[in-house]
Amino acid sequence: MKNNKSAIEVNDLVTHYGPREILHGIDLSINEDEIMIIMGGSGSGKSTLLRYLLGLGTPSSGSINLLGKDITKISNNEMHQLRQNMGVAFQGGALLSSMTVGENVKLPLREHTNLDEKTMEIMARMKLEVVNLGGFEKMMPAELSGGMIKRAALARAIVMDPKLMFFDEPSAGLDPVVSAELDELILELRDAMKMTIVVVTHELESAFKIADRITVLDQGNILMTDTVENIKNSDNERIQSLLNRRPSNDEVQADEYLNRLTGI
Amino acid sequence: MPEADNHPVINSLELVGHSTIKLIEEAGYCFTLLFESLFWILVGPFIKRPVRISSIFSQMMTMGVAACPIVFVLSFSIGVMLAIQMIYNLRTFGAESQVVVGVAFSVTREFGPLITGILIAGRTGSSLAAKIGTMQVNQEIDALRVMGINPVRYLVAPTLFAMIVMLPVLTFFSDLAGLLGGAIYTNIEIGLSFDAYLDRTLTALAVADVMQGIFKSIIFALIITLVGVSNGFSVTGGAEGVGKATTRSVVLSISYIVIADMIFTYFLNL
Repeated sequence: MKNNKSAIEVNDLVTHYGPREILHGIDLSINEDEIMIIMGGSGSGKSTLLRYLLGLGTPSSGSINLLGKDITKISNNEMHQLRQNMGVAFQGGALLSSMTVGENVKLPLREHTNLDEKTMEIMARMKLEVVNLGGFEKMMPAELSGGMIKRAALARAIVMDPKLMFFDEPSAGLDPVVSAELDELILELRDAMKMTIVVVTHELESAFKIADRITVLDQGNILMTDTVENIKNSDNERIQSLLNRRPSNDEVQADEYLNRLTGI
Repeated sequence: MPEADNHPVINSLELVGHSTIKLIEEAGYCFTLLFESLFWILVGPFIKRPVRISSIFSQMMTMGVAACPIVFVLSFSIGVMLAIQMIYNLRTFGAESQVVVGVAFSVTREFGPLITGILIAGRTGSSLAAKIGTMQVNQEIDALRVMGINPVRYLVAPTLFAMIVMLPVLTFFSDLAGLLGGAIYTNIEIGLSFDAYLDRTLTALAVADVMQGIFKSIIFALIITLVGVSNGFSVTGGAEGVGKATTRSVVLSISYIVIADMIFTYFLNL
């Protein structure tokens, strides 16, 4: 059923934030038409990984292949072309607050195509219908609820029919019902539009529901990349504590702890 | 080793070093923004990624046309104030009627561009920093970038263009308002008619005097835009960060304007 051609291929990715190394050599391969969940606690490096997948930072070393192109090496123009095949739904939606919802959804079309106004309007309305926001195009982002903003942002992200779709914490700040609806929407999108979807989240329930495979990140390393079943049955201690919401009890190194306190 | 680290002289030297590096970094960043904006304005249309004319015009409206009333009020007051001071001053020599020449030179060469620059720094520079800072915090800048919309082309270039056109226009408008203020006060105080005032002003002023002010206002336009925008882009830390960047950009651009004014006035009058 699934083909195994990879849409995203990350090799030995190392990144720094200032002098601190955040990702310590990530290897990750995501297949076409696959929904890959990147999971991990706070500070695990999952948001950082997403930033680099989106080409928003220059890694210290390693390569990131999107649709067969290494984004750490390609020219600005090629990146510009590639970006038209990528859609991103940010955590807070990131709709431009100075424009109406409709203008926001039309923005990529306006910038990248020469379509006439009427066509753009129809396309924007179609995408807003897909996310169940038909008739809201005249509203300003500030007038929408959190869930509606996320859906409007999704409409904007898919307006160019991208091949790659990224979600940053789609369920954060949403009530369970709205969050479940968004999960359904992600599944529908994949089936209807044949997208490769990457979702960064720490919501277990939604992750298990939509994932084909799950990657678990911990302190800048990948602990495991596998199917939902195998992740659930993993005997890795840190994965289990993440799944069962157990506090992690790192062993206290007495000397180091004392040194930290005294500042030596 | 720890003792050397804590030596007060070394600490303050280090502080000087750090702030110098930061200053140079910021200046470099501003120039990068300037050249990138110029690139988009000049080359953008040929690679099918133009700077939108509509956003240039809407910026011109909000930063230029909408600022006219306040520019008029301030410049008019400055004109009246100059006339009062000069008449008081010149009276000691019995040369009150020379007030016309004094006001004409002061307004066109100095006060017009300076007061307009400071006003627009407070009005537009702060709103630029706040707008771009808020967009940065809300990930709107990231969203633009991942949509393949260069934030410099989309946000900075139209603003820079509008500012470089509108600030000189406002400065000229401010010159006129200042001269009007001077004329009205002089008319009331020493009874010089408007016709005579205008006539003497035009005799005294050369095109170069007005141009000096206009030239300075172009420099101010660059300072206001680049300081506002660069502070906006470097916002971190939420709403508080936006507030800090806004304040910082106003204080910095007003300081830079006054300093640049001094430097350019010196060189333009050599």
